[in-house]
Amino acid sequence: MSIDLLLFFVLATVAVIAALGMLFSRNAVYSALFLILNFATVAVFFLLLGAPFIAMAQVTVYAGAIMVLFLFVIMLLGAERVEGRHRGGWQRPVAVLLTIVLLVESGYLIFVRSDLVGAVAPVASNYASPEAIGELLFSDYLLPFEITSVLLLAAMVGVIVLTKEEKLLREHTDVMENGKEEARSPQGAGGK
Amino acid sequence: MVPVSYYFALSAILFALGALGVLIRRNAIIIFMSVELMLNAANLLFVAFARMYEALQGQIYVFFVIAVAAAEVAVGLAIIVAIFRTKKSIDIDEMSSLKG
Amino acid sequence: MDAFNLVPWIILFPVIGLVLNAAIGRRIGERGSALIAIAASAGSLVISVMQYLALSAHPEGAVVYLADWIGIGALNVPWAFRVDTLSVTMMLVVSGVGTLIHIYAAGYMHFDVRYKEDPGSYARFFVYLNLFIAAMMILVSGDSYLTLFVGWEGVGLCSYLLIGFWYQRNPDGNKGIMNSLAAKKAMLVNRIGDFGFLLAVFMIFWAFGSLNFDEVLPHAETVAPWVIMFITLAMLLGVTGKSAQLPLYVWLPDAMAGPTPVSALIHAATMVTAGVYLVARSAPLFAAVPAAQTTVAFVGALTAFFAATIAVGQYDIKKVLAYSTISQLGFMVAAVGMGAFVAGMFHLVTHAFFKALLFLGSGSVILALERAHHVQETLSNPKHKKKGHTHFDPQDMRVMGGLRKPIRLTFWVYTIGALGLAGIPPLAGFFSKDEILADAWIENPLVFLLLIAAAFLTAFYVGRQLLLVFFGSPRSQPADKAVESPAIITIPLIALAALVVIGGLINLPGWHPFTNWLAHTLGEELAEPTEFNFFVALLATVFALIAFYLAWIFYGRTPLAEKQVDPLKQRLGRVFTGMENKWWVDEFYAWLIVRPYKRFAGFLADTIDWKFLHDWVHDSAVVNTFRWFARFLANPVDLGVIDGIANGLAKSATGLARGLSFFQTGFVRNYALVTFLGVVIMLGYLVFSS
Repeated sequence: MSIDLLLFFVLATVAVIAALGMLFSRNAVYSALFLILNFATVAVFFLLLGAPFIAMAQVTVYAGAIMVLFLFVIMLLGAERVEGRHRGGWQRPVAVLLTIVLLVESGYLIFVRSDLVGAVAPVASNYASPEAIGELLFSDYLLPFEITSVLLLAAMVGVIVLTKEEKLLREHTDVMENGKEEARSPQGAGGK
Repeated sequence: MVPVSYYFALSAILFALGALGVLIRRNAIIIFMSVELMLNAANLLFVAFARMYEALQGQIYVFFVIAVAAAEVAVGLAIIVAIFRTKKSIDIDEMSSLKG
Repeated sequence: MDAFNLVPWIILFPVIGLVLNAAIGRRIGERGSALIAIAASAGSLVISVMQYLALSAHPEGAVVYLADWIGIGALNVPWAFRVDTLSVTMMLVVSGVGTLIHIYAAGYMHFDVRYKEDPGSYARFFVYLNLFIAAMMILVSGDSYLTLFVGWEGVGLCSYLLIGFWYQRNPDGNKGIMNSLAAKKAMLVNRIGDFGFLLAVFMIFWAFGSLNFDEVLPHAETVAPWVIMFITLAMLLGVTGKSAQLPLYVWLPDAMAGPTPVSALIHAATMVTAGVYLVARSAPLFAAVPAAQTTVAFVGALTAFFAATIAVGQYDIKKVLAYSTISQLGFMVAAVGMGAFVAGMFHLVTHAFFKALLFLGSGSVILALERAHHVQETLSNPKHKKKGHTHFDPQDMRVMGGLRKPIRLTFWVYTIGALGLAGIPPLAGFFSKDEILADAWIENPLVFLLLIAAAFLTAFYVGRQLLLVFFGSPRSQPADKAVESPAIITIPLIALAALVVIGGLINLPGWHPFTNWLAHTLGEELAEPTEFNFFVALLATVFALIAFYLAWIFYGRTPLAEKQVDPLKQRLGRVFTGMENKWWVDEFYAWLIVRPYKRFAGFLADTIDWKFLHDWVHDSAVVNTFRWFARFLANPVDLGVIDGIANGLAKSATGLARGLSFFQTGFVRNYALVTFLGVVIMLGYLVFSS
């Protein structure tokens, strides 16, 4: 057993346990934290696979930005509360069954039907360096790169629009109430 | 060295767990996180194949997936917030207005 | 020869005239309408004269071919004009007398449309009058029986139109329906005659294979006698209709409802002579069967006598003339029946002159009375002009009297016409009537007896009329105040009077220009000159003078006073009543034919057509069957089957949808599960199948 293999198995176990933890945790914040752990282990895997840039991107964007955003929203919505009993009884067993089937199929595909058993050759140290990635990114994949920026802009605009409070029909005077003004806002804008 | 197929197996397990999470959990945010887990598993697969074939395109794809995932999370969470304002809950079982 | 080719213009001039009058007659005023009509008629006259002159040079005549008309199998009838002495004689009479009457009518209608308060009808009158001239010309110039028949029907139509000219409400209370009924009667009675004529035409075609005169008449001897007998008797029926003989004469007295120029032109001078012309034209056919000839002669003679008796008892000035016409037509028909075709045609020509003169003269008298009456009405109640006239019949001889003083000119010309009618020498009527009597004396004594008796009665009623109208003292206010008619009316009268005076020269005994003239067409055999029989002439003249004397005894010695009963009534009693009431012939016809026919028609209409066909067959049978069928199609087929199919489709669609909607739970997790299931299955398939 080489050190790589040992490291792999340990990290794999951590990743799986973290995933399971995310899945079965009652508290949403705990789930988020478990997921962050998962992402971190996957980042290490990226490093092991010779993708340092991607690993750093994973940590900064995924674990750093996305999960933080998740945590913000969890806090905002107060979703750390415990949920009630599960309803729709027949779904859980079916889902589990299907998952197992999927795993079986995947295993079959990987181990029985493929000829990929064996180690991979080592690569040069600057195999997936930022320079190499950048070169590829700005030559062959320039268009997707630029479009991604537009995509991010669109996402930003969408988020702002979606979370805007509606302010229609604010002033609706009810003169029968002895001159008392009652502000009526339409439904769907949340109580404020 | 670690055989590449082990990475494939790990990716498969993580993907399956993510799918299970989508199907089982009722909290919308947890479901969203399971979706991210699935995306992550796919990323892992991409990188493993890139390493196997020594083609950097795999990592480029991962780069884009991460960017898109970021955008998607932002919008999705915005939607969840908007729904929470209306329904006062993020239990997806309560969002059955499309019931035929 | 070229003049012959102009003969189609005798029809074209009147046609152009009538079209112009129909189109713009109202706009160009009375003068314009009259001018167009008179010019058209005069144009026809000019062409006729040209034909006469051309014929004098080429007496054998000509056939002028215009166009093909009917060409079906063996029947070949072209539009062709026959210019021979017989047809040109008729042409001259029709256009000559016709033009004079057109001039007269221009003046007469001017007053008449005002009395009837319908000035707009002036142009319409002349349209019809020109149409008549055109139709009559077609009749006399046709080259075949069929073209003759076209003209025959055409004049019948014009007769209808002109008799019923005042078919609308008249201001003197007459609703105009009487005029329409008279016109209808003329049309219907003539129809019976036309039926006979058509039978004759069919038989002619069947026997001879053609309808053209040239191909029928020369071969009259070659066909079996009974066929000719049938043809001629059927033709005789047509003649009795058109020329008002027994038994179909009843329409002519009623036809006096039309304006006086119409009575003069159509019912005295021209249309009613069409029958005589037909017999003269078909002379070879009649000559081939002596029995038919005798029949014709007796029909004519009996009619002459019968009508003369009725004329004695009439009070309406025009009715007297109408029955006189029937009687004189009887003379003509008797003449051609006896084979004296020339005599018949001669009397036709002279009769046209004096009868037209008498009718137009009577029109002048009536006009004078009406004008006086009109003046009297406006003077007596000037403010109530619209209230309608008091009842005054200007045609009743009992309100006339002493008119020889106020309307001198009319009196003189009328007297000339009357003497001509009575057959007083040396006027034209004497020569023509005498020729007929002379022929009858030789051919058929019984006919002679009837004719001489009719001649006696003719002179009597002529004298009676003269005395009642012009002599004595006026029996009513308008008679007292009558005024002479204007020149446009009196000048044609003078012209006709002149013709009556000199008309005898046409066939003066010993000279016989007319006989020679007609011999070119009829052949030497049928156009033998008649020897002048002095005895017969003397006898006829003496009878006429005796008749005048008798009339003077009754009506002249003690002139009729106002509202006095006719003195002859006391003498003859019941006989006179019969004469007054025209021997109740119309009533007899009504009882015998008209009423049963109407009942039968009513039966057919009400019972068979309405009750049976309409009510039962249509309503019960057809409609019910149809409704049953429609209901069957509607309920079981349409509602049951077709709606069932449609509804079934809809129901199955909704059922399917309802079933499938079970899957739409609205739970996102369910959707995700199903998607995942699909993925797994697909993956499994891909994995385990390759």
